[in-house]
Amino acid sequence: MKKLFVLLFSSFILLGATAQVEKGNLLIKNGTVITITKGNLEQTDVLIKDGKITQIGKNIATPAGVKVIDASGQFVMPGIIDAHSHIALDGINEGSNPITPEVSESDVINPFQIGIYRALGGGITTVHAMHGSANAIGGQCETIKLRYGTFDPEVLKMDGAPRTIKFALGENPTRSHGEGSGIVPRTRMGVEFVIRQAFSEAKEYTEKWNQYNKAKLVKGFRGAPPTYSYRHEVLSDILNDKIIVHCHSYRADEIYMMLKVCKDFGIKRIVFQHVNEGFKVAPELAAQGAMASVFSDWWAYKFEVYYSTAYNAAILSKNGVVTSINSDDGEMMRHLYHEAGKTQKYGGLNDEEALALITINPAKQLGIDGRVGSLEVGKEADIAIFKNHPLSIYGVPMFTIVDGVVRFDREKDPDDMRLVVDPKQAIETATFRDKLSNQDHCMEGAEFILDSELFNANKK
Amino acid sequence: MKGLQTIMGLLTAIVCIVVLRVEAQSPKGKYGNVALTNATIETVTKGIIQNGTVLIVDGKIAALGANVSIPSGTEIIDCKGQFIYPGMIDAGTNLGLNEISSVARTTDFNEIGEVIPQMKALTAVNPNASAIPVTRISGVTTALSIPTGGMLPGTAALINLHGYTPDQMYAGFEGIVLTFPNTGRRGFFDRRTDEEIKKASDKALASLNDVWEKATQYNKLDSASKGRTGYYPELQALIPVIRGEQTLLVEVNASKDIQAALKWLKEKKVKKSILTGVAEGWRVADEIAKSGIPVITGGVLELPTRDYDRYDKAYANPGLIKKAGVKVAIKSESGNNNYRNLPYHAGFAVAYGMSKEDALKAITIIPAELLGVADKLGSIEVGKSATLFICNGDPFETKTQVSHVFIEGWSMPMVSRQTELYNEFLKREPGVKK
Repeated sequence: MKKLFVLLFSSFILLGATAQVEKGNLLIKNGTVITITKGNLEQTDVLIKDGKITQIGKNIATPAGVKVIDASGQFVMPGIIDAHSHIALDGINEGSNPITPEVSESDVINPFQIGIYRALGGGITTVHAMHGSANAIGGQCETIKLRYGTFDPEVLKMDGAPRTIKFALGENPTRSHGEGSGIVPRTRMGVEFVIRQAFSEAKEYTEKWNQYNKAKLVKGFRGAPPTYSYRHEVLSDILNDKIIVHCHSYRADEIYMMLKVCKDFGIKRIVFQHVNEGFKVAPELAAQGAMASVFSDWWAYKFEVYYSTAYNAAILSKNGVVTSINSDDGEMMRHLYHEAGKTQKYGGLNDEEALALITINPAKQLGIDGRVGSLEVGKEADIAIFKNHPLSIYGVPMFTIVDGVVRFDREKDPDDMRLVVDPKQAIETATFRDKLSNQDHCMEGAEFILDSELFNANKK
Repeated sequence: MKGLQTIMGLLTAIVCIVVLRVEAQSPKGKYGNVALTNATIETVTKGIIQNGTVLIVDGKIAALGANVSIPSGTEIIDCKGQFIYPGMIDAGTNLGLNEISSVARTTDFNEIGEVIPQMKALTAVNPNASAIPVTRISGVTTALSIPTGGMLPGTAALINLHGYTPDQMYAGFEGIVLTFPNTGRRGFFDRRTDEEIKKASDKALASLNDVWEKATQYNKLDSASKGRTGYYPELQALIPVIRGEQTLLVEVNASKDIQAALKWLKEKKVKKSILTGVAEGWRVADEIAKSGIPVITGGVLELPTRDYDRYDKAYANPGLIKKAGVKVAIKSESGNNNYRNLPYHAGFAVAYGMSKEDALKAITIIPAELLGVADKLGSIEVGKSATLFICNGDPFETKTQVSHVFIEGWSMPMVSRQTELYNEFLKREPGVKK
C-alpha cells in the first residue's frame, strides 16, 4: 500500500514537472538538405519519428501513416534560433534595482502572443526570451520553443535547456538608475562596481552557509542558519557555472571590463549580446572563449553604437569568436536568414559560415547545440523549409516544424492566426511602429523610471 | 604589337595602383570623363543592354549602347561580368538631419511647432553626416530628406549623396510635408484609449482645415495685392501647394486615415500630392487607384499593423497596391540611418509578390518621376545625370557587391567609417599581446 502511494505520488510529480509536449512524425522528401554541420545534401529525405530526426538519406520509404512534405526544389534547414528576443513575455524589465537576478522570465511567459506565429513565419523555432537591459544584473531568461497553439506557458519552455541570465552594461543601466533614480550606477565605473559588489556578497553568502553547514554537523551545535537569500543563491549559481551569462553590451571598453570581471570571479560561460564594438576586442573575446551575439547592421540609434560597423559579425567570426546574429525585435526576427545574408556583403562569409550564425552558433550560446541547430540524426526535428535559398533575398519560409509538428504552413494557414480574441480590442485600431527609433524592446517596462519624453525619443 | 600591348597593360596597371593609393590616402570624389565598357546595362526605362558602354562626359551620360565610340583620353573602366544600374532613390529618409537618433542635439528633423511648413530640411542637411558615405557606397545615390514631428513639420528636400554644401547636394525637388491626422497607435508604449485617439485625430483634422482655409484666403490676398500681404511665413510656404505648383507629401498609414486623406485632398482640390508611408494601402488599394494619387510606401520590412492580419501583409503591401493600378515607389525605414537597405526592402516586396521589374522601378524611375526629376535621374539614358552604380549581380541580393558609384559624374570613394573600421580591425595589431 505504501509502495503504491509512493508510486502514485511520484508519477504526479512527474506529470506536474513535464508539460505535455506534442511530438510529430513526418517525412520531408527530396529537398536540398542544408545540415550546417555536415554539408549540403541534394535531393535528400529527412525522416522524423516522435519529434526527432531518425534518418537522413535518399529515397527513404514512407512509413505507414506518416505525413509527407514534398520539398522538391526547396531548401530544408535547421529551424532558426534567435539568441536575443523578448517575444512571448508579459514582463521584460524589473527596473526597480540595478541587481535583480531573483526574477525570472519563466514566470511571465505568454503563449498567446501573435508574435510567436509571426516568428514561425520567418523560420524561427527556438528563441531566447530575455529579461531587458535596465539593470546591470537583470533577471533570468527562458529558452523557449515556438510550439504555437498551446495555451500552456510550460509547453513553450525548452525542457532541460541550461539556465541563462541577462546582464547589461553601458547606457541602459546608467540611464535607468543613475539618471532615472539617482543611484549607482551612473557611469561605466559604477556598472563594474555593482557587478563586482554583487558577486563578492554572493561569495560571502556562500561562505556563511558553508560554515553553518559544517558547524551544524558538530554535536551540540545550537547556532541559527544564515538568512536565506534567493538573489544570492542565483548569483552563487552563476559563480558555480550553473547559469550562462548573456551580457548586453556595446562598447569595447565595457566588454573588456566584463571579461576581466569574469576572469576574477571564475565565470567561464559568457555570451556578449549586441556587442557592437566587439570587433575591437575580438582577439580578447576569442582568447577567453567568450561568445558574441550581434545585430547585422544596426547602428547610430544611440551614442554607444555610433562607431559600429556592419562588418562586426565577419570580423568576430574570422577572429575565432563563436558568433550569432540576433533580432531583439519582433519584426527583424522574421528575417534573420536575410540578416545573416548581409554578412556576405559585409565581410564575404560563405554560405555555411553565414547560416551557422543563425543555427548552430546561437545553439552553442544557449547550451543546446547537442539538441538543435543542425540537421543530424538524433537531434530534435526543428526544421525550416524555404522556397529559394535562405540566404537569397527571394528566400521564403514555406513550412516551420517544431519537434516534428508543422507549426507554420504558408500555403494552408488562414490569415487570422490568433489563438484568442481580446474582447476589449477595437477591431479598427492599427498599430504602427515609431519609425524614428524602431529599435529593440530592451527597455520595455522600464519607461516609468525615465522621463517619458526622453523615453519616447529614445526607447532603446 | 603584342609587346606594345603588354607595355600599355603594365602602364595601365601602374596608373591604377597609383590612383588606388591616392584614393586610399584621401577619399575624395573624382571627376572626369569615363567610359564604362562591356557591362550589362539595366536602363530601367529601355530594357537591358548586353556588352554595352556608358560614356560619362561632363557629369552626364553622353552615349550609351553596344557600339559607342570612346573619345581618346577617356578613362576606361572594364565592367566585364558587371552590371550597371541607375542610382537608387530613397524617397523617405532624414539623411543629413539625423546623426544619432537618441541624442537630441545631433538631430535636426523635428522643429518646435505644429504648423511650420517654412522650415526647410535643405538648410539643416549636414553634408558630412556619417550616414551619407555609408548609404551611397551601397548604390543609394539620392534621398528625400524629410522633416517630421508636427502636422506640417516642414519642407522636404531631395539630395544627391555627394557635395560639400546643401546646394551642391540639392537634386531638384522640394515638397511640403503633411502628417495627416491619424488614428493609428504609435507602438507598444502608446496606451491611449480608442476614444482619446479619435478625439485627437478629429481635433487635428479641424486644425488642419483651419490652416488650409487661412492659407487659401492668404493666397487670394497675395494674388490680389501682388505679394504685399505682410510677413506670414507659414502661410507663404503653403501658397505653392494651394496654387498647385508644389507637391504635398501626405504621410498617412491606417486605412481609415488613407480614405480620409483621399477625401480631404479631393475636397481641397490639392493638385499635386503623394501619399507616403501607406502601410495599410493594401486594404484600400482600389480607392487609392481611383484617386490617381501616387504612393511612396515603406519600409517594407515591417510587422502587420493588426493582430488578425496575415503575417506577411507588410511585405506584400507594395505589390498589392501596385496590382490595383497605383503608381508605387518604395522607401526604406526612416530614422535609423540604415537607408543602405533600400534594395532589400524592394527585394522583400518581390519575394512576397511584386514583380522584379516593378520593384526596381519603385526605387529608381518612379520616385524620380514622382519628385519631378526624371529628366535627370532614375534611369540610364543619354542626356541624364551620370548617377549610377556598378555591381557584380542582382542589386537586391545581399551577396552582391557594389564596386563603383557615380553621382553626377563624380566617382565616389568606396569608403565609409564602417569599411574603415573593418580594414583596421579585421586583423588587429597588436592582437592580445602588445
